Amino acid sequence: MDALKFAQQINRRDFLQRSGCSLGAAALGLLGMQKAGASTKSIEEAATHIAPRAKRVIYLFQSGAPTQIETFDYKPGLKDLDTTELPDSIRMGQRLTGMTSGQANFPVTASRFSFAQHGQSGMWLSELLPHTASIADDICVIRSMHTEAINHDPAITFCQTGSQLAGRPSMGAWVAYGLGSANQNLPTFTVMISRGTGRQGTQPLYDRLWGSGVLPGRYQGIKLRAGEEPVLYLANPAGCSTQVRRQMLDQLRDLNEQKYTVAQDPEIRTRIEQYELAFRMQSAVPDLTDISDEPEHILEMYGPDVYKPGTYARNCLLARRMAERDVRFVQLYHMGWDHHDNLPDHLTKQCRDTDQPSAALVNDLKQRGMLDDTLVIWGGEFGRTVYSQGKVTDTTYGRDHHPRCFSLWMAGGGIKPGMVHGETDDFSYNITKDPVHVNDLHATILDCLGLDHERLSMPYQGLDVRLSGVEERHPVKAILA
Amino acid sequence: MYRLSFPAIQRTLSSLLLLAGFPAYAVDFQQDIQPLLADRCFACHGPDAAQRKGKLRLDQEADAKESAIVAGAPDTSELLKRILSKDPEEQMPPPESQKAPLTPEEAALIREWIAEGAPWKGHWAFTPPTKTPLPPVQHAAWPRNDMDRFILAKTEARGLTPAPEASRETLIRRVTLDLTGLPPTPEAIDQFLLDNSSDAYERLVDRLLASPAYGEHLARTWLDGARYADTNGYQNDFHRVMWPWRDWVIGAFNDNMPYDQFVMEQIAGDLLPHATESQRIATGFNRNNKSVTEGGSIEEEWLVENLVDRVETTSTLLLGLSMGCARCHDHKYDPISQRSFYEFYAFFNSTEDRGFYQETRGNAGPQVQLPSFQQQQQLAKLDQAVADTKKVLEEARATGRGDYDAWLSGLASPATMETVPTLEAPLNGTLAIANRAEEGTAAKPAWKSGPLGSVLALDGTAESTVALGQTVTLKRTAPFSIALWVRPETTGALWSKMDESQDYRGIDALVTGNGNLEVHMVSKWDSDALKVAANDVLTLGQWSHVAITSDGTGKAAGLQLFVNGTSVATTVLHDSLSGPIDTEEPFRIGQRTASTYLKGEVAGLSVFDVALNESQWNAHIDALFATLLPETIPDNLAEVLREYHGRRVALHNRPYQIAVDAATKARNDFAKDIPSVMVMQERAEPRPTYLLQRGAYDAPDTSEVLHPNTPDFLPPLPEGAPHNRLGLAQWLVAPENPLTARVAVNRFWQMTFGKGLVKTAEDFGVQGSPPTHPDLLDALAVHFVESGWDVKGLFRELVTSATYRQSSELTEQLRTLDPENRLYARAPRYRLTAEMLRDNALAISGLLTAKRGGPPAMPYQPPGLWEELAGGASQGPYKQGTGEDLYRRSIYTHRKRTVPHPTLSTFDAPSFEVCLARRGRTNTPLQALALLNDTTYVEAARHLAQRMLLEVEGDMNERVDYGFRLATGRLPTPSERNTLRQGLEAYRAHYSADPDAAAALIANGESDVPSAIPSAELAAYMPLASVLLNLDETLTRE
Repeated sequence: MDALKFAQQINRRDFLQRSGCSLGAAALGLLGMQKAGASTKSIEEAATHIAPRAKRVIYLFQSGAPTQIETFDYKPGLKDLDTTELPDSIRMGQRLTGMTSGQANFPVTASRFSFAQHGQSGMWLSELLPHTASIADDICVIRSMHTEAINHDPAITFCQTGSQLAGRPSMGAWVAYGLGSANQNLPTFTVMISRGTGRQGTQPLYDRLWGSGVLPGRYQGIKLRAGEEPVLYLANPAGCSTQVRRQMLDQLRDLNEQKYTVAQDPEIRTRIEQYELAFRMQSAVPDLTDISDEPEHILEMYGPDVYKPGTYARNCLLARRMAERDVRFVQLYHMGWDHHDNLPDHLTKQCRDTDQPSAALVNDLKQRGMLDDTLVIWGGEFGRTVYSQGKVTDTTYGRDHHPRCFSLWMAGGGIKPGMVHGETDDFSYNITKDPVHVNDLHATILDCLGLDHERLSMPYQGLDVRLSGVEERHPVKAILA
Repeated sequence: MYRLSFPAIQRTLSSLLLLAGFPAYAVDFQQDIQPLLADRCFACHGPDAAQRKGKLRLDQEADAKESAIVAGAPDTSELLKRILSKDPEEQMPPPESQKAPLTPEEAALIREWIAEGAPWKGHWAFTPPTKTPLPPVQHAAWPRNDMDRFILAKTEARGLTPAPEASRETLIRRVTLDLTGLPPTPEAIDQFLLDNSSDAYERLVDRLLASPAYGEHLARTWLDGARYADTNGYQNDFHRVMWPWRDWVIGAFNDNMPYDQFVMEQIAGDLLPHATESQRIATGFNRNNKSVTEGGSIEEEWLVENLVDRVETTSTLLLGLSMGCARCHDHKYDPISQRSFYEFYAFFNSTEDRGFYQETRGNAGPQVQLPSFQQQQQLAKLDQAVADTKKVLEEARATGRGDYDAWLSGLASPATMETVPTLEAPLNGTLAIANRAEEGTAAKPAWKSGPLGSVLALDGTAESTVALGQTVTLKRTAPFSIALWVRPETTGALWSKMDESQDYRGIDALVTGNGNLEVHMVSKWDSDALKVAANDVLTLGQWSHVAITSDGTGKAAGLQLFVNGTSVATTVLHDSLSGPIDTEEPFRIGQRTASTYLKGEVAGLSVFDVALNESQWNAHIDALFATLLPETIPDNLAEVLREYHGRRVALHNRPYQIAVDAATKARNDFAKDIPSVMVMQERAEPRPTYLLQRGAYDAPDTSEVLHPNTPDFLPPLPEGAPHNRLGLAQWLVAPENPLTARVAVNRFWQMTFGKGLVKTAEDFGVQGSPPTHPDLLDALAVHFVESGWDVKGLFRELVTSATYRQSSELTEQLRTLDPENRLYARAPRYRLTAEMLRDNALAISGLLTAKRGGPPAMPYQPPGLWEELAGGASQGPYKQGTGEDLYRRSIYTHRKRTVPHPTLSTFDAPSFEVCLARRGRTNTPLQALALLNDTTYVEAARHLAQRMLLEVEGDMNERVDYGFRLATGRLPTPSERNTLRQGLEAYRAHYSADPDAAAALIANGESDVPSAIPSAELAAYMPLASVLLNLDETLTRE
């Protein structure tokens, strides 16, 4: 290794500790937020391990865990078995949550919604997802996802950070760390949250889901909120105009430069730059969230909710606008999928919230030529049981948590379109073909981005912390384009 | 390259220095070689037996030298051959391992080391620290204490000279920030600057160490390590009360509690002989872990996670060991086997707390309550009330003929009844049946043999009921008593004399709900009617004697209900009766006029024309039994007798029981609001501990029960120490423990110099970074123990050193040669922590309040943050505090784990979910936005502006100087002053031209705006003040 490399590494080490302004960091594409003045690396130039196919990710997380049986995992045989007892040979004594483990019966419950085949692959999709059906040739449905946790908190934490326990970096933080920023004035990793109409009193979310864990704090996701101030503290206080703020920053820079001549601490220069970047964000973020320049036909694609800030539809549109601005990782959460009871009603509403906007996002990216290098993922933290929680009626049945199989779909950069991967048994209980562990999904997502999941790691307390965990995991080659 | 270990960087730095022409030094196994072996080789050739390849072990000298290393002969050593090999089959580390190959410089070091005879030492941190002689130095006048000798020796060895001493303004600001977390006041600065005595600085240090702010500041780091927070951390993230433990920590630091005691009490205070309340509170340390309440969770799974968390926290914070790595397999780098992990875990697997508290809000598991004096007094009062009501109940029981056998034998000679029934249907079942015929209704009554003789069976239909014609006359104005036996199976009418078609005129007695009893006396429902009810007095399916008496007043107060001869309390639902109740309808049993049919059995009707009292009913019933009792009582009758008696006694005692319940509830409701703190408490029997295969809770290896023990590569438990937490605590602070004192000293060093002598404060193992000054670390550790673990003494030593007092100004030479400042040839310069930043702004502006301790504060927070993430069971929105609650030190800010407070989390504070031994220190645009726009800082700017305007008598220059000095501790240079003045003039022009903007700006924040200052003037000073609060120097410890 030559001296420059050494210097870069030291700089990077130093940078990781205090994010000082270091050439090395920029050269390695590691800035969580691109610093001003430095030559911004285009999104193509980020250092990667393998040839990347996606440059950015939009993760449409469906929080609470959607049922696979009424959506993507078609089980026609369940009709005849409806309300009969789930055979022991299927359950095989696997653990249940405390919510149904005391139940005397486990009545098999068929979907109350019909399915039809769509697209060239003849993919079976539920009547609840007509818009998703229209993009059947663009998506890859995985029916053989499985996870290790059976309750929401650990399961969603596992899905988003690779570990059930708090303290690990989130997926977006890893990507921000691995690839760095591709834009000057916006965060690298953003988070948007919407509330479903399907179930009131829903599962909560936690800041740790977009936290940086053992990575430096700058890689954490920045939450974009509906309303006047999309980013915390973005707006000047009342009575402080942009003009006054500019004067303040000029004065501050002048004084900090005077300090720099004495103290010679490079951190001072970094601070000056961060204040300037903050100033630019103050106009770049409102520009991003102001959708008045969107033509009517685009808005209509996303459905009527798009006119309401804070809805899933609006967030999907904003996700596209962020993708255009090269935000690396856009994480959406849509709450309200935890359907222990009244599933038919709640599920219908949740699908109405999400079906059209999700499909619109894929179509919109596609018509802009951006689907090829944007990876879109739709899915929750686990599946739901084939047996009903509580009494089976056509309108009030519910399903408990089911970690042994669930469905999600991916589309865009690096993913084979129009295919179904994996199979489950006749009860959608156990996986019979091509299981995909959540950590395999992590490996796959990183692979699409050109990152080797085994090498994207951070030593912490003697362990090489990785998104894909400590066990042997693999990208799902069969679905990679 | 994404992965680069700390030792590799360290090594690289040394190489750079070497290349840059600094004097060479002999290869040091611990500094140079062991980190390389650990990083590149141990994963396959280290302590983890399961992963070991080719039976080769390079973490043990004997194994390594048996085959791979030939001391003195590098070229015949297989180790070096493999490292240098280009053959992918031979090369080490193998390409597929993802480990970086050794650089030529690194390989050269290995060669040199082997050539020198491959001298080997055990890992430095696992051997006890020893004091080495002070190293010789050239610049003998520089050191102020022993510590400086170690620093200077190394600085000189690198050809560097220490930086000059910092200015006195810088020094007082630095040491005040470092020891109290707050900036010095202008008065304190003046006092120090004017003090010409030779020990002025030392006396300043003593003043700071004595300040209560010292404990608040020191606690911050400890709270990070102890993952202290005010919520439980999972799912709905309910509030909990652990702040009494937080206050314990602050108090312990302020009292300068010896560190060994500090550790002992937190680990095992509850097991100390005659443990005090304070010692039990201390054990809250290991109850700070997150706890699961999510419905459906599995107890065993989360019990394991809690215990693992305790092992990780205890080992990381106190021992600098990453024991958590050995949960699933043997540690890959340090000699911690999986078995050792579970033996350590066993120390904690014996406490009362559980893994899962279903949807439990607030504290759970063993707790200590901490009432205030007033609360203690009130509690004593309420306790007395409980005792008083209990006493009355006991007396009632004593007089309630509570003994069954005595009652039964007493039946032989029953009290004589003075009053005679006007109508009596005996218990043998010949219930004046003739009357029914007289009435002429379809009579199909079913008689059934029961314990009380023959009884009337009612099947819930009209056919089965009985009407008695006009044998009974009931008037509002004449007293009467009606009683019968009933075994109700459903709700329905016991009896009635009522005409439903005439606005329900008449009387009835109904069984409703779940054994409730209701009586109506109606002239016209519901405007002219009386209704009383008694809840839960009958038991469905059981025989009861039910009597209703009316005293002839027609008022609710005159109506009494008796069950089993005992008066029962009633609720009055209507009391407006004034008209007649007479009706031609017959007296019916089992129904109203044509509804409300009862299912069950009845027997033995008695009607009186007087209102009987309780003792009369008792006598009446006893007399009935007396006539009935055969020589030997059959089982079914005995059951009725017992039931009757039991209910009678219970009903008799019921009002007294209600009083006891009410007093107890009042007491518990009050006690609920008394703060408690969760603590450790041993179970009667420890849970058995097993090795969990792959760390999985449901895969215990039950072939062997493991017992509490410490890792075998460290000293054993002290002689005679028990194998429990108390023994663990004694072991942690035993003089022979090589880690505890070093780790503590390193943490205190980190708090004083920005980073530790061992940079990886959380990891003193083989993978951690070796100390920059091992001899110094050892000397400090040994001295710390010898001083009686005197924390304040240690801080005094650190901050009075020449090393500490250096200037932090960076020179070109130092920036090139020692960018990380590992040699301490200057003082470090770094941004304040999250808590210090806010406290600094509050102090500078004069807003900071001195209120200490107690429940967490709720300072400014943008609205909606909690609600956005909350699910269905949230505990409502963030309730922002008022008044001084907004301006308390940040150590008191409420810590919600799933939504950390943004003033903290924006500046690298953790979410307090797991143990953290050192924080990052980032520099982001979001921090700039917060410091410029958060109401916290905007209001602080206003108050700083107010201080400049109100506290200075002078011109603009003096006001600017004062504000600058408040912010930085020094006066501005003429050039700085000029910049500030120019800004102020621009703001003045702006706000005098725009009064609305001025009014809006000064309205930021909850505090009052002083009317003495013109709005435009105050507004003009605010941006200036904000600039002062945002100066790099203000945000930085220099």
